[in-house]
Amino acid sequence: MTQTLIIAEHDGTTLNPATAKCVACASDLPDTTITVVVIGSDIADVAASAATLEGVSKVLSIDSAANDKPLAAVFAPQVASVAGDYDYVFGPSTTFGKDLMPRVAALLGVNQISDIMAVTGAREFQRPIYAGNAITTVSVKPDYKIVATVRAASYKAVGEQAAVAVEAITSDAALPDHTRFVSVQSGATDRPDLQTAAKVVSGGRALGSEEAFSIIYGLADKLTAAVGASRAAVDAGYVPNELQVGQTGKIIAPELYMAFGISGAIQHLTGIKDAGTIVAINKDEDAPIFEIADIGLVGDLFTVIPEIEAAL
Amino acid sequence: MDKIIVGLKRVVDYNVRIRVKSDGSGVDTDGVKMSINPFDEIALEEALRIRERGDASEVVVVSIGTSDAQQQLRTGLAMGADRAVLLESAEAIDPLSAAQAMLKLIEEEQPGLVILGKQAIDNDNNQTGQMVAGLWGRPQATFASEIQLADGKATVTREVDAGLETIEVDLPAVITVDLRLNEPRYVKLPDIMKAKKKPLDTRAFSDLGINTDDAFTVTQYAPPEQRSKGVMVDDAASLVAALKEKGLIQ
Ligand SMILES: Cc1cc2nc3c(=O)[nH]c(=O)nc-3n(C[C@H](O)[C@H](O)[C@H](O)COP(=O)(O)OP(=O)(O)OC[C@H]3O[C@@H](n4cnc5c(N)ncnc54)[C@H](O)[C@@H]3O)c2cc1C
Ligand SMILES: Nc1ncnc2c1ncn2[C@@H]1O[C@H](COP(=O)(O)O)[C@@H](O)[C@H]1O
Repeated sequence: MTQTLIIAEHDGTTLNPATAKCVACASDLPDTTITVVVIGSDIADVAASAATLEGVSKVLSIDSAANDKPLAAVFAPQVASVAGDYDYVFGPSTTFGKDLMPRVAALLGVNQISDIMAVTGAREFQRPIYAGNAITTVSVKPDYKIVATVRAASYKAVGEQAAVAVEAITSDAALPDHTRFVSVQSGATDRPDLQTAAKVVSGGRALGSEEAFSIIYGLADKLTAAVGASRAAVDAGYVPNELQVGQTGKIIAPELYMAFGISGAIQHLTGIKDAGTIVAINKDEDAPIFEIADIGLVGDLFTVIPEIEAAL
Repeated sequence: MDKIIVGLKRVVDYNVRIRVKSDGSGVDTDGVKMSINPFDEIALEEALRIRERGDASEVVVVSIGTSDAQQQLRTGLAMGADRAVLLESAEAIDPLSAAQAMLKLIEEEQPGLVILGKQAIDNDNNQTGQMVAGLWGRPQATFASEIQLADGKATVTREVDAGLETIEVDLPAVITVDLRLNEPRYVKLPDIMKAKKKPLDTRAFSDLGINTDDAFTVTQYAPPEQRSKGVMVDDAASLVAALKEKGLIQ
């Protein structure tokens, strides 16, 4: 029996769904016992919900005022201090996990496997390279602690179970004070979250301005979909950075992805490969996005969107 | 601040469509265009701007790789770096060993800031900067889209899933950069000539005394599953009908 430790991601009140996807990934490992560690301040609720994730045997909670904000330099020594007993240490490949896990790996003296998309053996994994243009199978030598991030879009969240025990622990790791949280600015809305939404309506450079982008929001609201964007749309300032989909934005797997005025650059397509149905609307019939779209429509988005709304 | 160290990795140019070799032994990189990792160009641009406004006196670019990486270091010198260091190795170096090598250089050079890309677009690891910071025991500010320096501190805006997070770190620190931080300058011909005279110091990676890590073996490379081309519809009404039929919308 091996031991797996999963680092929970949360915002202080709710568990990020990426954690349940890490549990799904770990559940694919043969014969492993899964422990989730929740690090934060005032996190009883978060720990309680981690305890109900199907397949989890135990939850550890490191609850301390010093852990109020998820600073990698502060969390990493604590994770490293509890990681000793585990064969696998997994975190999500969200910005939280990408920031934290390599620092943990360095403290443990190992390399990290980034973005696990499949478990193919007890010590063998698949991960994408070159913006997803190649999939590698990586095998890890025996007795080497496996620190990894899990590509959330490759996994479905596990279900629920009766709550297991939550054990409060303290870490004796020395915590640095050289890194301080200042603020976070997010365009938090009532719309569905881009990373977990079943439907996403996305806009590209073709929208032309922040004002014009409202046509995308309008359709998204009618479909109760999340809003996404290409890098070009974010760079041009039409929408905030957290809406970017792609290699350097969010990797998502909605049931329905609708791309309006997005050409289909490889870096964008990397972000939507796991979508159920991809719909593309572009006025250029040769746009590369049509090569991978399940349903394509050649047309001007500014006339097509009102027509779609009328047909709903 | 005295010095800034910038990492420049030589990678397949981002415009190249990469192909997996038919026998699954690797990706085909024969004769393809090689460039500075795009994130590293942004890292260098930021370092140059910091030096140009007088907040640093020297920018040192470092690459770990084959002797061919001299090309990318020369480009970095042409962009405006003062000096270059190549830690030469015929073998690919794993991220932990690369981070250990950077740390050796950091101990020698004592920089106030180390600026790296958030990820190298070949292996998409996104780990070297965090590892350097961890090994060094210094702050990390990853995925930076804005950097302000004052009073021995850096205030860094980071692109995170929730939006934009700002943190303050004491220097020295490691910063990894995201794409929106700046737009790198173009290299002009006279600068390329001038760069030929700038110092480029080549050292054997094997002389650093680092035991490279052989824990991971890539046993296979495969092309990704291709999504096939679907259907084209003629108008919005047919699109909506198709989506309703699939049960995707009511
Ligand atoms: C290292 C790196 C990382 C990157 N990461 C990402 C990433 O994460 N995400 C990402 O998206 N990009 C990323 N990019 C950028 C990517 O290469 C493309 O530049 C970008 O995706 C283009 O955005 P776009 O499709 O909106 O714009 P364009 O390529 O300019 O396409 C606009 C499209 O709109 C169509 N159009 C114009 N007007 C209309 C109209 N009225 N109606 C309908 N269609 C219209 C045009 O025919 C065109 O196809 C990255 C690039 C690099 C180098
Ligand atoms: N071989 C290398 N030479 C120079 N810099 C490197 C090298 N490997 C990684 N880096 C730096 O570390 C960043 C992140 O790389 P990675 O962790 O491999 O995705 C890159 O953008 C570079 O700035």
